[in-house]
Amino acid sequence: MTPDVLNCLGQRCPLPVIALAKHLPTVPVGTIIRVLADDPAAAVDIPAWCRMRAQQYIGATTVDGSPAYDVRRLT
Amino acid sequence: MGDPRQAGPIDQGESVRGAYFDAATATPLHPAAREALLGALDDGWADPGKLYTQARRARQLLDAARATFAQVLGVRPDEVTFTGSGTTAVHAAVLGGLAGRRRAGAALVRSAIEHSAVLHAGEQHLRSGGTETAVPVDPLGRVDGDAWARAVSAPGVALASLISASHEVGTVQPVATAAAACRDSGVPLYVDAAQSLGRMPVPGGWSLLTGSARKWGGPPGVGVLVVRKGTRWVSPYPADDRESGRWPGAPDLPAILAAAASLHAVHETAAVDGERLSALVDRVRAAVAATVPDVEIVGDPVDRLPHIVTFSCLYVDGEALLTALDRRGFAVSSGSACTSSTLQPSHVLAAMGVLTHGNIRLSLHRDSTAEQVDRFLAELPGIVAALRAEVGM
Repeated sequence: MTPDVLNCLGQRCPLPVIALAKHLPTVPVGTIIRVLADDPAAAVDIPAWCRMRAQQYIGATTVDGSPAYDVRRLT
Repeated sequence: MGDPRQAGPIDQGESVRGAYFDAATATPLHPAAREALLGALDDGWADPGKLYTQARRARQLLDAARATFAQVLGVRPDEVTFTGSGTTAVHAAVLGGLAGRRRAGAALVRSAIEHSAVLHAGEQHLRSGGTETAVPVDPLGRVDGDAWARAVSAPGVALASLISASHEVGTVQPVATAAAACRDSGVPLYVDAAQSLGRMPVPGGWSLLTGSARKWGGPPGVGVLVVRKGTRWVSPYPADDRESGRWPGAPDLPAILAAAASLHAVHETAAVDGERLSALVDRVRAAVAATVPDVEIVGDPVDRLPHIVTFSCLYVDGEALLTALDRRGFAVSSGSACTSSTLQPSHVLAAMGVLTHGNIRLSLHRDSTAEQVDRFLAELPGIVAALRAEVGM
């Protein structure tokens, strides 16, 4: 399944997490959202957000040389 | 150049509506420090290294200050060295401890949550060809004891460095256990006790220890380095005949006397002050969790320093929160990336895996009152809600 991509490149914290929080309710439960974010705080804050909001953090990857984070909507 | 005093006195915010809650950075001068400092400006200006009456008086005062430190720290006076700041004491401990054990190896073992002064000394060590291992912490910010024991037992470890308690989240570190592991491996332990000295006891078993006077109500510009007898330590600086060759240059005697007087004073009242501040921290932890939605209160709720409480607010910009609090007179610190010059989030919060944005650290001191804390707690939920509303959350 192709992940749903949310481009937050160039955004400073906490903007990528805010964008993720706003985007999540617009996708069906079970969807994987791939967040592209080059802010260094995203590497910590996206997994922390998943833990606090009871969503699944799948892991980090790299897309075209930029960091990306995969999150699955659980609720 | 104008008179710097024309900038006027700093408003500590004690009499206005807000409050100063950044004691972990710098604590307002203790009355005992002020008294000693003013007295020493007249009495302690001479060079303690010379051979005339004024110098002998200065030497007596310096010896008395050293004896006070030794008594409070439970060490011998000749193991106590005064440095130009807490930061330089840390650098001297790390780099001198590594240099003294060069023949044993070139590896530095440290926790992942050491103060940036240890990290900077480690970077210099790496640049000169050494190696470094960062031992991870659990989600409460406590170093992993098994990983620590494995790291210090590896071949070629010259020095291990552990903070006594986290300066960012307050969690007390297992110093006694870490010291036992170091002893079993024959590795000297350095303890950065900046946040613990004058507040709570530090377990023994270490070889090197440092502190910073401004953290306990002494003046800025005084650090202390303790080198236990038998420790292999080589000064990383050109040595002169000051401080037994451990710290070069004429000591700031008035500031050292003020540091000693305040350390003695806060040590005497540490149990009572700690209990009072710890109860206020408990109140902050409970109230913030109850009144601010989507907040993560970090650090160990029980096994912690008495005066530090840290939390992160989801969807909030740390710098905006700090600025909004400052406008209301509340001085706090933040580990969020946007408040650091490098735009990197706090390495302590990152190592714990906790939310780094919207982060605030309150650190209390002897003048902090329940009324100030309650005023902060009354204002915080509205401030956070307003900042979230600005970004549509």
